[in-house]
Amino acid sequence: MATTTLTKAEDRTAVGHAARIDHVSKSFGGPEGQQLVLDDITLDVAPGEFVTLLGASGCGKSTLLNLVAGLDRPTAGSIETPGGRPALMFQEHALFPWLTAGKNIELALRLRGVPKSDRRQEAERLLELVRLGGAYGKRVHELSGGMRQRVAMARALAQDSQLLLMDEPFAALDAITRDVLHDELTRIWRETNVSVLFVTHNVREAVRLAQRVVLLSSRPGRIAREWTVDIDQPRRIEDTAVAELSVEITEQLRGEIRRHGQH
Amino acid sequence: MASTDTTTAEDAAVKATAEDLAGLEAGLDALDAVRVSRTPVRQVLVQKVLPPVVAVALVLIVWQVLIWAKVTDDYKLPSPSQVWDEVTNAWAQGTLLGYIWTSVSRGLLGFLLALVIGTPLGLLVARVKVVRAAIGPVLSGLQSLPSVAWVPPAVIWLGLDDKMMYAVILLGAVPSIANGLVAGVDQIPPLHLRAGQTLGATGLRGTWHIVLPASLPGYLAGLKQGWAFSWRSLMAAEIIASSPDLGVGLGQLLEQGRETSSMSMVFLAIFLILIVGIAIDLLIFSPLERWVLRSRGLLVKN
Repeated sequence: MATTTLTKAEDRTAVGHAARIDHVSKSFGGPEGQQLVLDDITLDVAPGEFVTLLGASGCGKSTLLNLVAGLDRPTAGSIETPGGRPALMFQEHALFPWLTAGKNIELALRLRGVPKSDRRQEAERLLELVRLGGAYGKRVHELSGGMRQRVAMARALAQDSQLLLMDEPFAALDAITRDVLHDELTRIWRETNVSVLFVTHNVREAVRLAQRVVLLSSRPGRIAREWTVDIDQPRRIEDTAVAELSVEITEQLRGEIRRHGQH
Repeated sequence: MASTDTTTAEDAAVKATAEDLAGLEAGLDALDAVRVSRTPVRQVLVQKVLPPVVAVALVLIVWQVLIWAKVTDDYKLPSPSQVWDEVTNAWAQGTLLGYIWTSVSRGLLGFLLALVIGTPLGLLVARVKVVRAAIGPVLSGLQSLPSVAWVPPAVIWLGLDDKMMYAVILLGAVPSIANGLVAGVDQIPPLHLRAGQTLGATGLRGTWHIVLPASLPGYLAGLKQGWAFSWRSLMAAEIIASSPDLGVGLGQLLEQGRETSSMSMVFLAIFLILIVGIAIDLLIFSPLERWVLRSRGLLVKN
């Protein structure tokens, strides 16, 4: 386990990066003038690395993800994603209700330029990957919340991007389903070797999933601290090691939040 | 499942292999699966078909009672049997279907034209800010202008022929169809647009793959209204403008009835206009709308 972390660390310098966020700031114009949301964020995600961005409300974590996804432009600084347009998963499944599960995935393949003859087979393969082999012809409303998020994951993977951005994708699920999807995501991440930048406000979830946890402070969002998570995968959210690190991170997070009550 | 949960020894966790997870997931999926069932035919008959049939029967009974009670003169209110005689006469002479077809073919062709013009127009108004600012308000304003107001200028500009009929239909239906599409586009959840963007559906591809299918429910509502407006405008035009060149449609039939003081013919024309309007809606638009809504899980069963 320690060795895997090491090789990953070497990869980071050798192969480059899946995302390079370089001194990025973002402000939004409001009635009271400009409001700084993100302040000088610098963060690299290595190829195949799993990073979680953790923070309380107002830390701009979703804003940062939108910037990396190319849905918005930074006010200052630059963002590189050498692997092409990143895939993005939302808290809501964002599947198109006028298409079946399979056709949702095929649309992503089509927009990526996969020829028509290969799409069906590739969509079936991706559904198998998220263990929804029989769901090709199912309509979105016929699927449960957990199944929808898995189809959304398959659709994101259909983009064949080297970087998968996830914006609290499991926050709306019940605890049992979320726990299973954590296992599922870990498995898929290891099978596909995709890089993941995962945003959450759930400390345990962050520790459960990531190789690296990055804590953002709020208003404006700055990188407060980061931790390398040196715990064997597959982990469980109940593991003692996960709990211990979570306590440490939570303390720091509470400290960051407390500062806002003092002025 | 409980037993695997409690044996959380480190080894077991590592061995909690793919198969365990697959089984767990299959169980969850089975528990969470949303069941979709369709209403049985008998229930549909009792709940959806019976009530309107009873309502129509009631109206006929009340009508007949009014005749028996002699509430008004014969020439003002014909009896149901007189109107029925009118139907069988027209049928025997072979003119009944001709009246209907003259109007329906005109109405449907006009509606299709309105569709071809209204759809790109609606898309432009919905997606291009300048166009929306320029003609958006006019377009919704036109909806409240009864299209019968266009009949006199249309007659003067285009003469007493089919062109004038189609012009009046278009002026009635195009704003409805365009506005329906605009409303449909406005109601697309921003999340779907963002998801489309991240998948690479931008520009025309975004319009084709995301915007058009996403706005379909609103668009269909616009089409339904567009048909109603087409039909109404056409009837107004047919009543006002009669000429031998135009043939006899339902509107002209009504006007003929008035000119010959045949109240039963007027009633026949009114009923036919009503029945055709309802039939087109029931046969074309309602099934289409239900199919779209059901396939998206938007049809709540009660």
